[in-house]
Amino acid sequence: MDTTILLFLLQDGITNGAIYALLGLALVLVFAVTRVILIPQGEFVTFGALTYATLAAGKLPGTVWLAVLMGAIAFAFDLWSMRLSFRLAPLLRSVVLNLLLPLAILALTSAVVGPTNAIAMNVLLSLVIVAPLGPFLYRIVYQPMAEASVLTLLIASVGAHFALLGLGLVFFGAEGLRGPALSSASVTLGPVPISGQALAVYGVTTGLIVALWLFFGYTLYGKALRATAVNRIGARLAGIRTSLSGQLAFLLAAIIGAVSGILIVPITTIYYDTGFLIGLKGFVAAIIGGLVSYPLTALAAILVGCVEAFSSFYASNYKEAIVFTLLLPVLILRSLAAPAVEEEHD
Amino acid sequence: MSEPLLSVVRASVAYGNVEAVRSVSLDVGQNEIVTIIGANGAGKTTLLNAIIGIQRLKGGLTFGSRDLTTLEIEDRVATGLCLVPEHRELFGAMPVEDNLRLGGFRIKAAQSAATLEKVFALFPRLKERRRQLAGTLSGGEQQMLAMGRALMGHPRLLMLDEPSLGLAPRIAADIFRTVAELKRSGVSILLVEQNARAALQVADRAYVMELGEFILDGPADEVAADPRVAASYLGV
Repeated sequence: MDTTILLFLLQDGITNGAIYALLGLALVLVFAVTRVILIPQGEFVTFGALTYATLAAGKLPGTVWLAVLMGAIAFAFDLWSMRLSFRLAPLLRSVVLNLLLPLAILALTSAVVGPTNAIAMNVLLSLVIVAPLGPFLYRIVYQPMAEASVLTLLIASVGAHFALLGLGLVFFGAEGLRGPALSSASVTLGPVPISGQALAVYGVTTGLIVALWLFFGYTLYGKALRATAVNRIGARLAGIRTSLSGQLAFLLAAIIGAVSGILIVPITTIYYDTGFLIGLKGFVAAIIGGLVSYPLTALAAILVGCVEAFSSFYASNYKEAIVFTLLLPVLILRSLAAPAVEEEHD
Repeated sequence: MSEPLLSVVRASVAYGNVEAVRSVSLDVGQNEIVTIIGANGAGKTTLLNAIIGIQRLKGGLTFGSRDLTTLEIEDRVATGLCLVPEHRELFGAMPVEDNLRLGGFRIKAAQSAATLEKVFALFPRLKERRRQLAGTLSGGEQQMLAMGRALMGHPRLLMLDEPSLGLAPRIAADIFRTVAELKRSGVSILLVEQNARAALQVADRAYVMELGEFILDGPADEVAADPRVAASYLGV
């Protein structure tokens, strides 16, 4: 191997690793706040990617209808849980967020959709369409069972993953899609040309991580999310709603997933089921970070990206196997380091 | 006495088939300190947890003429009912000031800033340590922080669960002095204590709890003078 190939592979690995880092961070965040292992995170990637690619082709993406559908179901759940203590303000809030918002997004998208739209506009539209799916998913699947054990929540996650996977097939079909690159510029660093898309990935990833850091470090809502993660009972006694924290965490996860999808769809063709595998690599990184450490997760994600790049060069048939094998030493080390833990009793 | 602020009517709380609290009734009036004393395991903590909504309560529960039984914890807190739990439940990995600000999560930012100054005036130690992580505070400071966090939510009734537990006598005395001060500022208090002597000194009325039931209640000085209480709880 010469230096040029090495640098190419490294560049590839860091680009993918940056995206896995975003997904890994979202997984850690959601787990800390809600104890949910978010298997359907990959579906947000798919939805973001395919929504963006469909918009770029000038067509109306099926996810706008999915948002209307999930919003209506979420509204029904809200109505049901309000049957005991009815008050007007929460009802109005629920009507606006669950019914009017998705309809407004549908109207907006239908009005402006077209093949000549600017890329920035399509990116923004995709985010607006996919973001509400996060809180809706939390409301429908997880909020009714928020006090269940981690294992039960995991099983629900697997169910939600399959449901969204099927819906992805319904709305986007089995054909893969590719989207236009965010930037066509390119710079040359020594012997390696770096594409505008790779630069966009680095820029967006860094920007998003800084934004998350500011949100969690300096805003009351960010601190409330952390507080819920640190001590759920304490947070509830301070008047911080578990359901609010959960919906906020899922909103962030959906946005992060959609951003990752938009970043990756100009690089590889995305099918309705591709997101799952991408999400799983973020999951590998999150596990290496112990599902608690943000910096460790980000570093592990870069490692996962590089291992993937190098193994696809040397043994492309085994690249997934090699990436997931990374988990084994980590799991063995962790199980040796941690004393045997009793199954949780809550 | 006018309309009570908090009214618990024939309330029972059970863990599975075991009833920890059996059909107890209790009132807390406006601007009143009421204490529940009793031995370890009598059901005092369970009752407080059920009033705030951590445990399920069967029976009547109204606060300021509002029925609480169908409300979630957060909605009960929003009505002006705050609990300082036995284990304090602080956000250990976060600074003191963040803990306090989160206590005022539902309160408007401007109001919250004013309340923060009041809490700092009440507990100057917390102001000194505002940037320190809550988990690194001493036991007494953690108790102050837990009370401060609850006060940030503008409670009309503050429930304190064993505030003196594990504290040095001098610090416990400080906490009881603060309780009396809070009453003067218009907050009603429901105080659960094993330290019966200190609790009866500061309280207006008292309930004595044994094995999940109230066996005695009345003005604090009368309860303190009761021979059963004197023998079992005051060690006279």
